[in-house]
Amino acid sequence: MATINITAPKPMVMADLKGKVDPDWCPGCGDFGVLAAVQKALVELQIPNHQVATVSGIGCSSNFPGFINTYGMHTLHGRSLPVASGLKLANHELTVLVTGGDGDGFGIGCGHFVHAMRRNINLNYFVLDNQIYGLTTGQTSPTSRIGMKTKSNPYGNMDTPVNPITLALSAGATFVGRGFSGDQKHLTELIKQAIQHKGFSFLDIFSPCVTYNKENTFQWFRPRVKKLEDNAEYDATNWIAAMEKATVWGDEIPIGKFYERTDLPSLEETEPVLDAGPLIGRDLHIPPDVAKKFVEELM
Amino acid sequence: MSQTFAIGIGGAAGQGVATPGDIFALIFSRRGLHLNAYNAYQSIIRGGHTFLTIRTGVDPVESMGDGIDLLIPLNQDTMDRHLRLLTAGGACIYNADLIKPGAAADGVQLCPLPVSTMADITRNKVAQNTLAMGAALSMMGVGFHVLEGVLAAQFGKKGEAVIKENVDLARTGYEYATANFKPFERPLPMTDKRYAVLSGNAALAMGGAAAGCKFYCAYPMSPSTGVLHWMASHGRKAGIMVRQVEDEIGVINMAIGAAHGGVRSMCATSGGGFALMTEGLGLSAMAEIPVVAINCMRAGPSTGVPTKTEQGDLWQALGAAFGDFPRVIAAPLDIGDCFTLMPEVFNITDKFQCPGIVLCDLLLSEGRLSVEPELLNFNPPIDRGELITSNGDAHEEYLRYKITESGISPRAIPGIPGFTHVVSSDEHEENGVLISDEYTNHAKRRAMMEKRMRKMAGIEASVPAPVLEGPADADVTLIGWGSTDGTIREARAQLAEQGISTNQLQIRWLVPLHGDAILNILGKAKHTIIVENNYSGQFARYLRSETSFVADGHIRKYDGEPFMPHHIVEAVREQLAGTTTISVPTHEVMV
Repeated sequence: MATINITAPKPMVMADLKGKVDPDWCPGCGDFGVLAAVQKALVELQIPNHQVATVSGIGCSSNFPGFINTYGMHTLHGRSLPVASGLKLANHELTVLVTGGDGDGFGIGCGHFVHAMRRNINLNYFVLDNQIYGLTTGQTSPTSRIGMKTKSNPYGNMDTPVNPITLALSAGATFVGRGFSGDQKHLTELIKQAIQHKGFSFLDIFSPCVTYNKENTFQWFRPRVKKLEDNAEYDATNWIAAMEKATVWGDEIPIGKFYERTDLPSLEETEPVLDAGPLIGRDLHIPPDVAKKFVEELM
Repeated sequence: MSQTFAIGIGGAAGQGVATPGDIFALIFSRRGLHLNAYNAYQSIIRGGHTFLTIRTGVDPVESMGDGIDLLIPLNQDTMDRHLRLLTAGGACIYNADLIKPGAAADGVQLCPLPVSTMADITRNKVAQNTLAMGAALSMMGVGFHVLEGVLAAQFGKKGEAVIKENVDLARTGYEYATANFKPFERPLPMTDKRYAVLSGNAALAMGGAAAGCKFYCAYPMSPSTGVLHWMASHGRKAGIMVRQVEDEIGVINMAIGAAHGGVRSMCATSGGGFALMTEGLGLSAMAEIPVVAINCMRAGPSTGVPTKTEQGDLWQALGAAFGDFPRVIAAPLDIGDCFTLMPEVFNITDKFQCPGIVLCDLLLSEGRLSVEPELLNFNPPIDRGELITSNGDAHEEYLRYKITESGISPRAIPGIPGFTHVVSSDEHEENGVLISDEYTNHAKRRAMMEKRMRKMAGIEASVPAPVLEGPADADVTLIGWGSTDGTIREARAQLAEQGISTNQLQIRWLVPLHGDAILNILGKAKHTIIVENNYSGQFARYLRSETSFVADGHIRKYDGEPFMPHHIVEAVREQLAGTTTISVPTHEVMV
């Protein structure tokens, strides 16, 4: 086995972030682009990979942690956010990235999604949204359009799709954006901003499924996506404007930073228990004078 | 048998049963007396019927006992339900303006208080409670200054005026009783001991804190909520992060996330919440991240009876999460043990990197017990097992799930240079790479299953086998698990007085069970009876599945109330007489 030299600090390069195995996504899958953008963002920000934890749920895109060399955790279907929240609160010096799909995050995990945003923990949640269930071979997802025919809805989907952006805005996320796997430069920049934001950052990232979603393809998105950054008048600190933009869908689909507020401290900043630093590394024993008081109040 | 004195206070929820209960408990503990308290109540905030039993004595009081010596009914309903529990020598203190006494047994002293002439009841709605407390203490032979001190402590936060009002009322009741009622035959004893009085939930929380738990999260659910309350009110002083989470699925996963981060982490719930946690327990087992989940059992299934006790979740705990994996399941024997068990469970789950389940129940969780303060040891041994917390020297490629003889693989926590790895709910190979998808490999799967399951041998060696208490050649061997310990012991004392010798095998560690040691003990027993608070004999079935042992008889109770000692005594007698092999005692106290 190879001996790892851990003593010489050197700038992190893309190769340092290559996982133990190559991605097993279908050739052409949108997830490759998101993986590359995350790796580029970490290199550009020079966050050492041992200080990064990537946490995912279950699904095609949730295989993400296996393909990037950071600390990783591949949790249960829909449960990435509570696991990541616990990890972040145990050691808030880590940069915690949470990755998963639209089924994982807006279907089975939707309850956690809403509450994680409400808490404003400094997590970075990237949903690789392909509007379909891929790993289970093509069923309707919470973001599939009405009328879309899938194996689980052969006569067409009858349920209104979730709008992840308005949902995130109303649940109190302090950074809300939308990216597109087909625009690497823009996506990398958005991911960097999300990581640098102190509080809960949410990115809905169009990551087309080339096998099961024949509608929402790269070709379908490319002419439609319009960068909010190109609109000089757009004010990403205006929540109402963000809500309005978030409902735009059709020939024009806005991408970019919809909303950011920086006035609200993150949970880690407001929780007094963390004033003494991360929970890990603390003396496990309760100080004797404190313990004595706990017993005395029972007497 | 040691002498005890039991008070029953009953009324509608919201009538103030808790306050006199707290005050009596404080007076008893300050007199150096032991106590055991159990509150029978319903899932209602105002109304219904609440009945608190506080039993005290010089020696440890192991159960709520069989009867009461003093009844304080705060409404007619309580009088009607419980007057018949009093026997000769007992007394009932009540508000004569509102409550009509029923027919009492011979020798029971009825003590009516003319409340409207003693207090301004338009101003103080709970005046009758304070008057009755004063009267009771006079009859118990307790000096008034003791009550005065305790009232000052109890109402201290509400200011001098409230303290004075209550002290004056209590004195009125005290003096009225001194002049008009006959004192109890034996005055309340006093010793120079001092005990701590706590609930099982507080004990579980404090035990977790003592074990070095730094992350606690929960969703409120009776009867486990007291653990959350203790943690929430003490966490900041103890450096424990406490979070209320959206549901129990979130709870267990957040606890696992924190544990993966490297802190000791736990959560508590009851059956319904535990059901939601089960998938997460499988994640803990598969990813080999230690976490402690407490299930304070209540009467099920489904919403069941939220305020009533049962030992009905054993099989749920045994089968929690799909697949085979090592786990630890322990049931505390009493409220003191709720504290002492926690560091033991944490040490084992940490060392063997597996989920630990504590099966408590409402009887212990919400009951209160006096314990020696020294029992609450905040400096217990802590063994975190093979945990890598710093990078040290250069090393070979780190294998998170390295195959070892013990099955334990050294665990590196995130944040250390040179140890990046992925942990996973999917099956994986030694380096953490998934073998569930593209690379499915039966040999690697088998090796990893065997690695994890090898930990069971180490777990078994870390946990003591149960021991038989009482004479080896006893006529009857009573087998119980968890919270029935004290009640069975008290029943055994009563049986001994009746000439029936018994011994007791009380199970604290359910997994690992130590089946061989149990078989060795039970093989020599003359007549075995399993006592448990459920319908189907969950422990009896488990014991049979693990050891093929079939007991001679069973005593079961599934009406929501705990066993009283005489239930077990009468059941043993009927089984020895050959009347039945399954006894289901009737609970006589209508609560």
